[in-house]
Amino acid sequence: MATNTQIPVADRRVPVIAPGYTFSTITEKISAIVLSRPVSLGWIAGFLIVFGMLNMLALALGYLFVKGVGIWGINIPIGWGFAIVNFVWWIGIGHAGTLISAILALLRQTWRNSINRFAEAMTLFAVACAGTFPLAHMGRPWLFYWMFPYPNTMRYWPNFRSPLVWDVFAVSTYFTISLVFWFVGLIPDFATMRDKAETKWVQRIYGLLAMGWRGSAKHWHRYETAYLLLAGLATPLVLSVHTVVSFDFAVGIVPGWHTTIFPPYFVAGAIYSGFAMVLCLAIPIRAIYKLEDFITMRHLETAAKVMLATGLIVAYGYGIEAFMGWYSGNQFDSFLLWNRLHGPYKFFYAALLACNIGIPQVLWLKKFRVSTGWLWLISFVVLVGMWLERFIIVVVSLSRDFLNSSWGMYYPTKWDWMTFGGTIGLFLTGMWLFVRILPMISIFEMRTLLPEAHVQEEAEVKQ
Amino acid sequence: MAEFDSAQELMDAAHKTHEAGYHEIDAYSPFPIEGLAEAIGFHKNRVPLVVLLGGLFGGISAYALQYWVAAITYPVNVGGRPFHSWPSFIIVTFELTILCGGLSAAIGMIALNGLPMPYHPVFNVPEFAKCSENKFFLVVFSSDPKYDPAATRSFLNGLAPRMIAEVPS
Repeated sequence: MATNTQIPVADRRVPVIAPGYTFSTITEKISAIVLSRPVSLGWIAGFLIVFGMLNMLALALGYLFVKGVGIWGINIPIGWGFAIVNFVWWIGIGHAGTLISAILALLRQTWRNSINRFAEAMTLFAVACAGTFPLAHMGRPWLFYWMFPYPNTMRYWPNFRSPLVWDVFAVSTYFTISLVFWFVGLIPDFATMRDKAETKWVQRIYGLLAMGWRGSAKHWHRYETAYLLLAGLATPLVLSVHTVVSFDFAVGIVPGWHTTIFPPYFVAGAIYSGFAMVLCLAIPIRAIYKLEDFITMRHLETAAKVMLATGLIVAYGYGIEAFMGWYSGNQFDSFLLWNRLHGPYKFFYAALLACNIGIPQVLWLKKFRVSTGWLWLISFVVLVGMWLERFIIVVVSLSRDFLNSSWGMYYPTKWDWMTFGGTIGLFLTGMWLFVRILPMISIFEMRTLLPEAHVQEEAEVKQ
Repeated sequence: MAEFDSAQELMDAAHKTHEAGYHEIDAYSPFPIEGLAEAIGFHKNRVPLVVLLGGLFGGISAYALQYWVAAITYPVNVGGRPFHSWPSFIIVTFELTILCGGLSAAIGMIALNGLPMPYHPVFNVPEFAKCSENKFFLVVFSSDPKYDPAATRSFLNGLAPRMIAEVPS
């Protein structure tokens, strides 16, 4: 793409692609994973596990649709429970994909070329998991289309002043644009797969998806313009989505929700957890598929630094929440702070501080940033921590609101856990199939990283 | 059709061919090459215009819909706030601007490129399969006014390509 054709001459750090590769070997190495690598026993065994988890989701949702949301642990006052905790967590994880593909494209960070494809796939599956929760929480999910404005016999229209309606538009736009962005990025690689495929039907399927892409200079020119504009549109979009999600809370008057720090702190938290998920997936994938030459230590280290930076923004958010609890002098806000530290959920809050603020600080040390084992572990801890953050925000605030008479506790049921575990199954099943069906690294963008890909304008040379 | 081994060779050849007076030409490469489209004389890129129109359509129609719903056809009094409470309408307007702009970027790019086009004569040259891997091609179309089978072939030969082939139509 236009953004990545700069010659990285000034770049004296570790290269983003190991030396010794040609256009041909890059193509071969990435496409072979899909086209010629035999299906291993490990892949099948793993697939059976994650597919089993996906079936658990089908079971949990099937029973939910028969019985209703009463099978969950939600109650009054905690009407949101796991559904919104998991929704926010999954949406947040999706954010890293768009950040990598769009924002880093605009910033001409060429190291993104080898991880954007699978980060975008991750976004799509994460948003699909996220969408499951509000749909299931509706009670009558088959009437989901009531949320959209359309002329109907009830002569009813949605209330556009409600953050929940904003959320519908934000999340559906986010999913659609992510899908379009991902597909547009795949078109030239579909053409490569079509030309590399050896069996007729594989050729036909990729050929159909490539739509007859032939790499014409005019096509590339329009392609790059479209890609750049998509990146430009997706950049404010990704920042807006978690902002709108945070409005679901911030527009409400519940203590702990009604703050202006929410939008930036939600966005930073989303990128934090998203990069943690990228690392959790990239580290095993690059080892299994021997992609260390493309996803180098430099990628992992940079991702670790992004995690550290966004983690500090999140820490600042916690600090401001605590500060405002004290400084505002508002008794409900001060009580919220006291309740987080000493209330019935205090162990969760302590674990949250440890997972999100304490443990990731070891990333200041290079030793931890360049060790795949440690990095994986820290990323996993961050994922747990960010889940706890959403749990604290939703459950602690709702369980202790303004009136003592409306206080209550929240205990998730086995159906809550099955639904949550089931969406992890949905996510992993998607990733499992993705790595074997589509080129998981963008082949044509990797080609542009080679020095041979950079040409000099003859006209300029002459003048 | 002439085949080249490197992006630089294709670029030089494209410049020379265009300067020699051939205007109905096209270059094919496995990845985008900056300046190649200009080298073959391609300047009309309408994708930005399509995206602008798409985005404007999305934004204006979203705001108009919200205004019509909230202020005209289904006014709901929420705590005495004005029916035309424009700050609340910004988010949906913004989202639909992005949605329509993004969709028109993708669909506009595909449509302006004339895709889907599963069949194109260049695919008849067996070597062309390498164009999506590591080879670079330059094509002079027979519709070019200056096209002459023998003269064009010898001109392309002068560019020192790896091979030359006539594309069966």
